[in-house]
Amino acid sequence: MSAVAENMPDGVSDDIMIRVRGLKTAFGSHVVHDGLDLDVRRGEILGVVGGSGTGKSVLLKAIVGLLTPVAGTIEIKGKNQAELSGEEARAARRDWGVLFQDGALFSSLTVAQNVQVPLREHFDMNMDLMDDLAISKITMAGLSLDAAVKFPSDLSGGMRKRAALARALALDPSVLFLDEPTAGLDPIGAAAFDKLVRELSRSLGLTVFLVTHDLDTLVTVCDRIAVLGDNRILINAPLRDVVDYDHPWVQEYFKGPRARGAGID
Amino acid sequence: MSEILFQSDHVRVERGSPAAMVRLFGAWTIEHAVAIDRAMPPTVRACPSGAVIDCSGIETLDTTGAVLIRRFAEHLEGANAALLTGVRGDHKMLLEVISCRPPDAPTEPEHMPWYLAPLYQAGQATIQAFSSFGRLLSFLGLVLVRLMGSLIDPARLRLIPTLHQMEVVGLQSMGIVGLISFLIGAVMVNQGAIQLAKFGADIFVIDMLGIAHLRELGILLTAIIIAGRSGSAFTAQIGSMVLREEVDAMKTLGMNPVDVLVLPRLIALTICLPLLAFYADVVGIAGGAAMAWAQLDITPANFLVYFREVISIDHYWVGVLKAPFFAAVIATCGCYQGLRVEGSADALGARTTKSVVQSIFLVIALDALFAIFFTSVGL
Repeated sequence: MSAVAENMPDGVSDDIMIRVRGLKTAFGSHVVHDGLDLDVRRGEILGVVGGSGTGKSVLLKAIVGLLTPVAGTIEIKGKNQAELSGEEARAARRDWGVLFQDGALFSSLTVAQNVQVPLREHFDMNMDLMDDLAISKITMAGLSLDAAVKFPSDLSGGMRKRAALARALALDPSVLFLDEPTAGLDPIGAAAFDKLVRELSRSLGLTVFLVTHDLDTLVTVCDRIAVLGDNRILINAPLRDVVDYDHPWVQEYFKGPRARGAGID
Repeated sequence: MSEILFQSDHVRVERGSPAAMVRLFGAWTIEHAVAIDRAMPPTVRACPSGAVIDCSGIETLDTTGAVLIRRFAEHLEGANAALLTGVRGDHKMLLEVISCRPPDAPTEPEHMPWYLAPLYQAGQATIQAFSSFGRLLSFLGLVLVRLMGSLIDPARLRLIPTLHQMEVVGLQSMGIVGLISFLIGAVMVNQGAIQLAKFGADIFVIDMLGIAHLRELGILLTAIIIAGRSGSAFTAQIGSMVLREEVDAMKTLGMNPVDVLVLPRLIALTICLPLLAFYADVVGIAGGAAMAWAQLDITPANFLVYFREVISIDHYWVGVLKAPFFAAVIATCGCYQGLRVEGSADALGARTTKSVVQSIFLVIALDALFAIFFTSVGL
């Protein structure tokens, strides 16, 4: 599943995992997106960037259905999300993993129990298998095993992110939504997390929708980058094309001192 | 075709030599995990002398499926030896991610044996009760020191938050306090009159109402309502600020959390609770008067004349005098528990419960002490 994405020609409908057309979202009179179009291809890691307040997280929330758009359609795997029945929507949600900005782990459960929550909710597995799965996911997310019995409040920020990733992976999703996965991590921890996301996405064939501010993440992890601005997607292309895009914000972002530090020139 | 020893939707065991052949096929994904897991024990039973696991028939595989294959291999290995063959190229990577079994690790916090748990809890609770009472006292001391400091230097007092708290804990609780007092006053006359009528003494219901309501019930009910309504709110407000490190931020900005969070609430409640107690007294008596009119045909005018004759103002003072003390207890407990929240949303809930239970208990205990005190001074 993983390697095909980049070589597939455009316009093959099967190739598109998430298709957003004419999306308009607004809070009261404040319009966040207007006429936004976006395609996320199967198996790719798409980085979404944009200045503060351009609605990166709002876009993510709209796609995962936490927020109802004013207009426009969102299709995931070719299914219009607005037209799904209750049972279909539930099944569709099983196919996504979402990593929230602060992890959003359930604070009264241990890390392992957090990972088991979706398993419990959707399946009737025996405890032995659930323990095995939880421990496997925790190892996959790069956490040490003694973290399994710890409560989220006993974990550091980086460990919390990894625990949340383990929970997001619990149901073997085909799409992973990450909201600023490296925010608040130290550079080493952030680089390790980037590497982890890339490896998991490659080995599991995940499609990743990644909202970030982190230039290093964009450079090392993302196949394509979508830039949000002026209520829509300015450009959605590989990094080298985005860098040359003629827009003041894009130029400032990708040509600034921090971008040079990240190895963009 | 060799003999089939076991067959399910995902596994087929064929007799072979020297070892049985376990063919895995179909979709090994999380959707089928439960069914596949159920097929494991019969598969293991069917191959007592080891097996070759053939994965070539697997169409789709995800990490859960990979974990299941590993479990099959482990269990068959437990029976004897197992060998994995025919893994497709694109599945290899997945199996590698999962391949090595992580050592057994607990997934739940450790539990105590059932016979020890109650003892342990009793001990913990006892230690908790003493240390928590001590800490509450020390917190009260801290608050009083800051309060005295603020009285010497009134500029430190925060007027606007105090007025805001007065509105929230005082003005906005008038509805519920009034309703409950009115009902209690009415019910007391209603029930009291029925009992006293047996002695032909139903007029004395007014004495009973006046003394019980002014001395005890009015203020006690008000204090309990406020402990439930405002004490819990104090804990939740301050506790969620602690959880989001707002209180730490305050300290680094040179603000004293006691000055900013505790004193406005304490002062507001200390001013408002006596006023609410007075209001509860009036409404409760009005409720009694209304019931007396309806049930005993005592007009409100007659009621008031009789009331003034038999009820001395002392009863009112005894009630209202207790109010500021109750207020201090409720505000101190609420704020103290709020500041002690740490860790998780669970702790916030536990602290809020504790704050209400503790302040109601202390209010009633204090009320008992006051009763002894007032009796001995002859009021």
